[in-house]
Amino acid sequence: MTDEVRPAPALRAGPQASSTALLRVRGLQVWLPAPRGAWLQALHGVDLDLDRGESLALVGESGSGKTMTALALMGLLPQGARMSGQIELDGQPLQTLDDTAWCALRGRRMAMVFQEPLTALNPLQPILAQVMEPIQVHRLAPDRTATRARAMELLEQVGLESRMAAAYPHQLSGGQRQRALIATALAAAPDLLIADEPTTALDARLRVQMLALLQSLVADRGMGLLLISHDLALTARRVQRLAVLYGGRLMEQGPAAELLERPRHPYTQALWAARPRLGAGRDQPLHPLPGSVPALGQTGAGCPFAPRCPLAQPRCGEQPPAWDGGLACWEVGP
Amino acid sequence: MSPVDPAASAPGPGVPVLEAEALGQRYNGRDVLRQVSFSLRPGESLGVIGESGAGKSTLARLLMALERPASGVVRWAGEDVQALSATQRRLRRTQVQMVFQDPYSSLDPRWRVGRSVMEPLQLLRMSPQARQERLSAVLAAVQLEPDAALRFPHQFSGGQRQRLAIARALVTRPALIVADEPLSALDVSVQAQILSLLRDLQRREGISLVLISHDLPAVEVLCDQALVLRDGQVVEQGSAATVLGDPRHPYTQSLLAALA
Repeated sequence: MTDEVRPAPALRAGPQASSTALLRVRGLQVWLPAPRGAWLQALHGVDLDLDRGESLALVGESGSGKTMTALALMGLLPQGARMSGQIELDGQPLQTLDDTAWCALRGRRMAMVFQEPLTALNPLQPILAQVMEPIQVHRLAPDRTATRARAMELLEQVGLESRMAAAYPHQLSGGQRQRALIATALAAAPDLLIADEPTTALDARLRVQMLALLQSLVADRGMGLLLISHDLALTARRVQRLAVLYGGRLMEQGPAAELLERPRHPYTQALWAARPRLGAGRDQPLHPLPGSVPALGQTGAGCPFAPRCPLAQPRCGEQPPAWDGGLACWEVGP
Repeated sequence: MSPVDPAASAPGPGVPVLEAEALGQRYNGRDVLRQVSFSLRPGESLGVIGESGAGKSTLARLLMALERPASGVVRWAGEDVQALSATQRRLRRTQVQMVFQDPYSSLDPRWRVGRSVMEPLQLLRMSPQARQERLSAVLAAVQLEPDAALRFPHQFSGGQRQRLAIARALVTRPALIVADEPLSALDVSVQAQILSLLRDLQRREGISLVLISHDLPAVEVLCDQALVLRDGQVVEQGSAATVLGDPRHPYTQSLLAALA
């Protein structure tokens, strides 16, 4: 490691830092502008906590609000979007930061790995230069030689051979590109890494390798990892905690092993049951969940899952259940 | 050549609905597919497993006769598709239909979906009334309301659009459907709906399926045979139960390990 050249982070919260969660999100709400002055609410109050050395997967289907959550955390919401709620990194509120402060923070304290490595990487620059850039921008190494050495070290850490350093993105395979992208995200040694998992860009085997790599980095560096994923089957066994989003609301969250073995929310249960099991044979019963995921702005006043929920009662459609920190459900109460 | 009754070109008993014999393809002097052989009897289904770049979609295009192979033969109901005249091949197409990953690719956004679903019927001599009846029947088969026909593609959810694409593939009563990753663009909660629908269609209508997928549990649910492709080569082939339950090749084992 080259920690000696890393200046003291500007936002480190002092001696009590260890008792403060790395990331604390409370009541995050996001509205997106719609035609004719209307607003569509994308997030209806999301709470998240993440510690150092911990991995949390935010799981949800299309339109559940997982990418919107990640963008809000990174200060990258689309133009015109409105946001309320609290986001704290090491106890420091982020929602009040101006653009300059955000730029100092992004890439430095928190970094994001985007879904599609080919669009996130610069096609005209060799990989090495792209890994060196954040180190230079945030002045994390004394000179070019040290910057280069650090970038080479990062490439090695993500499992890219040194001869790949001079390669351009198009010369790499999908998995190698994803590794290169992770190296650029790690270049400034962020405390929080947000990885938006590719939906179709990578195959299962490569994604498993990527998750293993991210997990080892979490363990080695004491980084916090927030993984945005649409695929429970692959993710659930490879992170410590899961948070399940649906229609812009948290349905359930908790230790991944617990949610896998004893899902409480009817939506989590339905998601688990909907996956066919390998080895259960050709005639295994299938449990399709009727209906489809609500479009943005199409959720009613109550629980967004109510129209598809086998347990739904009239009140479920009228008023959203309260979030008790682990569950939001009228019927499966604490 | 006059339009034919689809039953006339349906394979007789015992004739494979689809055969590939030493099938190979080259792009720019590079082999992208080599020596693929299999045979599907009526009602039998094959899962083609592999990661991106393995040659799965190339194989699909060859099986659909959308490309001419560099080597080998594709037979629909015993007939070499390259030996058919263009007209004959168009007519035989009513027997071999395709479902794509993105249902938008088979639905014209400017057309009411009923028109898109009925379009393949133009290959057959049918009265307007018979066409309408067939449309209602396939919409019912994919569990959509009859009035769905009057709406436009954007008025449907992703899962409903995939049902419509399947309805379009079914409308000519094909003996075989080639489905290229039909689940992977869908939400997890909706995938099981389509999976269940495809299994019902196999059972009810005896349709053969070539399922191109990296979703191994889906292959287990839908297929009798499985074929594992890597870099254009078949690394393992056999009954789906054996390939997925007791894989011999380390590559197949590694694909299965990723899901464990």
